[in-house]
Parts: sequence; C-alpha cells; structure tokens
Amino acid sequence: MTNITVELNGTKLAHDVEPRETLADFLRERCGLTATHLGCEHGACGACTVVIEGQAARSCLALAVMCDGRSIFTLEGLRDDPMMGVLRRQFHACHALQCGFCTPGMLIMGRDILRRLRRPDAQTVRHELSGQICRCTGYAAIVKAIVAAGQELAL
Amino acid sequence: MKSAPFEYVRPSTVVEASAALAQDGVAASAIAGGQSLLPMLNLRVAIVDLVVDISRLEELKAVSESPGGLAIGALTTHAAIEDGKVPDLFRGLMRRVAGQISYRAVRNYGTIGGSVAFADPAAYWPPCLIALGARVRVRGPAGARSEPVADFVRGAYSTSLSAGEIVLGFDIPRPSAPLRWGFAKVARKSGAFAESIALVTVRGGETSVVLAGASLHARLLPAASKEVAGSNGRDDVLRAAIASDLDAIASTADAYQRRLHTATILKAVREMRAQ
Repeated sequence: MTNITVELNGTKLAHDVEPRETLADFLRERCGLTATHLGCEHGACGACTVVIEGQAARSCLALAVMCDGRSIFTLEGLRDDPMMGVLRRQFHACHALQCGFCTPGMLIMGRDILRRLRRPDAQTVRHELSGQICRCTGYAAIVKAIVAAGQELAL
Repeated sequence: MKSAPFEYVRPSTVVEASAALAQDGVAASAIAGGQSLLPMLNLRVAIVDLVVDISRLEELKAVSESPGGLAIGALTTHAAIEDGKVPDLFRGLMRRVAGQISYRAVRNYGTIGGSVAFADPAAYWPPCLIALGARVRVRGPAGARSEPVADFVRGAYSTSLSAGEIVLGFDIPRPSAPLRWGFAKVARKSGAFAESIALVTVRGGETSVVLAGASLHARLLPAASKEVAGSNGRDDVLRAAIASDLDAIASTADAYQRRLHTATILKAVREMRAQ
C-alpha cells in the first residue's frame, strides 16, 4: 500500500492505495463516489471519464498512485458548475439519456468539448464524442443536447 | 478486468529510473501516460512485477526549437501537439497526426515517447517520425545514444531498447525547403486503430512514403518514395511501385488489404501534390 494525497472535488484527502488500483476503483470503492461508471475498463467506452488537473481523462487508465498530488473532479464535484448546469438541463430537455450508464462520461466529455471548442456544430460534437459509447439512447439526442448547451452558453 | 498486482516506484531522476528498470530477474515496465500499458495490464495481456513511473521526469518534458530542427521530449502529450503547444516546423503535419490518435481523454495522457517505445504496428507516431527523418534519443545504464526512428522500431511491440533504457525524446530535422506532406488512413471508427496509415513527405530534396498497419512495424517504401520523387504524376507507374513495395513488406496481405494500402498511399500522395 502507498499513501497518496489528492484534491478530490475541491477537498484534500489522503488514502492508502494498492499500486495496481485504478483511479476509477479508488473513486468508487474507497471514496464512495459512484457517479463514475466502469464499462470496459480498458479505455474504449468512456463511461469512467473524469477531470484530472483540468483535463478529461479515463479513470480506468489512470493509476490512483500516479494521481498523488493531483486535483481530480468527478461528476459529483461539478454539481454547482455553471456549464454543467446548462448541460444537465439540455440533456433533460433533449431526452439525452435513457438508462443513464454512459451519462456521467457524456456530461464530463460534453463539458470538456464546450470548454475547448465553445460553440461546436453537430458534426464536431459527433467526432469529439466518438470515444464515449452509448448502447441505448443513441447519439442523436446527446449530440443535440451538447450543441444546444453550447449555443445557450455562447449567448 | 483488473491488473495483476505489481510494485510501483516513482524515481526522481532518469538515472534512478534506468536502474529500477534494469534490475535482474524483475519484469519491469516504464509508465508515462499509461494509455497503452494500462489497457494491456487490465486485460492481463501484459503482466509485470514492477511499474516505474517516469511521468514526472523533467528531463523528458523539454521541447525546444533550434536552427537544426525540433527537439521534443518523450513526455509531450498528443493533446499538447494537437493544440499547437509545440513549435510547428512541419506545416501542421504533427498537429494533424496528433488529432487522429484515439480520443481526446486518451490524447491528454498518451505521450509521443510512449507511442514509439510501445511500437504498436498501427501507432501513428512511428510512421510520422520516420517520414520526418527523426532520430530518437535514449539513455540507459550504458549511457546515452541516438538512432533514426526507422531503425529503432523493429517489429510488433519491439524496439532496440535494451534493459534499463528510456526514451528521452526525438530530434526532428528542420526541412531544407517548406515541407509538403500528405496523410491518409482507413479506420472503421474515429479513434479506433487504423488498418492502414500512409504518410508522404517532401523535405527539400528528400521524399518519403511511409506505410503503417501493413506489416509488423511502420516502413519506408523505397520504390514508391523513388517514384513520387521522380514525380511524373502517373498513377499507373506509382501503383506498380507500390505493388513491388507491398510484395516486399506485406507478402501475406490479401487482395483487399493490398487495395486498401494502395488507396491510402495514393490519397496521401494526392494531398501532398495539392500543396
């Protein structure tokens, strides 16, 4: 076990972790933050996407021990983020979720896309979102919600 | 799927990291971005005793431009290149290639050094760096050395790295005339590994046609390079040159794969010629 310190959703905390423990398992099992979902555990599905040092990252492809000293945000920590508020509302309005499994990753990636590209068109969003897999709603409504959020935020 | 247990160390210098990687009887692997190694560990395709974290070694982060060209540290991420945070001496080629790799969340962590050291047959940086005539800088227990990327990558997941050696970065020569380039690939889904990647560069007097995905590692195609340099513009002559290159490097390719590789190369050549 190795002791790490992270700033998780704005709060500093220290914890012992196993070297092989992924950030995703650390968040879910040790910290009880279950908004981060695990689909494939090898970087293909995007359900576990979180924010490390301000950048979107796959938490299944990050070792907790390597995040020592880093700032991490999960969906729980973005509850009061203004951009996330708009995204949540547009996901609701556009029916952009059904089972909800991919939704945390979609929201985090949606926020990352809007922060980088401001007001992307549908084709850009589709490309940028291609690392997030949805197996029930389909992508049309999700793309529509992110485009709408971008337009609303640019006003 | 979880990785099997391993030990972890985070050395603070290249020398310490090199010593940790060179221990006898210990299956050790360096980790930087982890975007290739961690999937393999999670899937237990790779099993190691020790993971050596080189992600915070400052010596591997330096990026500098000189009259001779660009020196780019091994830890430079695909996203940093995509976003233009690295000097562009190659008229957008590296930015274009960087943006094609996997997905943004992966590009934020994956590194150019990791891509080349891992040497996946369908990785993007080996063909790009070969097409730019780049050299790789390496340091290990026996000291520092440098060699062309074209010689460094030797097979599928195989390089000339010996125990304890670490990729420090790459030296990419400044083209003697404005670079003309073309890039084409075929992948079933954006972000998925490509089945064929072709890069064409004209750097002053030097023309390179490089193909990845066709064999165990990215290769310069000598006949096609010569034909493009001669540049009579005739597709049928170029097709014959490509066919002879494919006979030499991809003798087991089926008819579909041959058409596929021929198409990506011709597309990259057309893009280069349009510049």
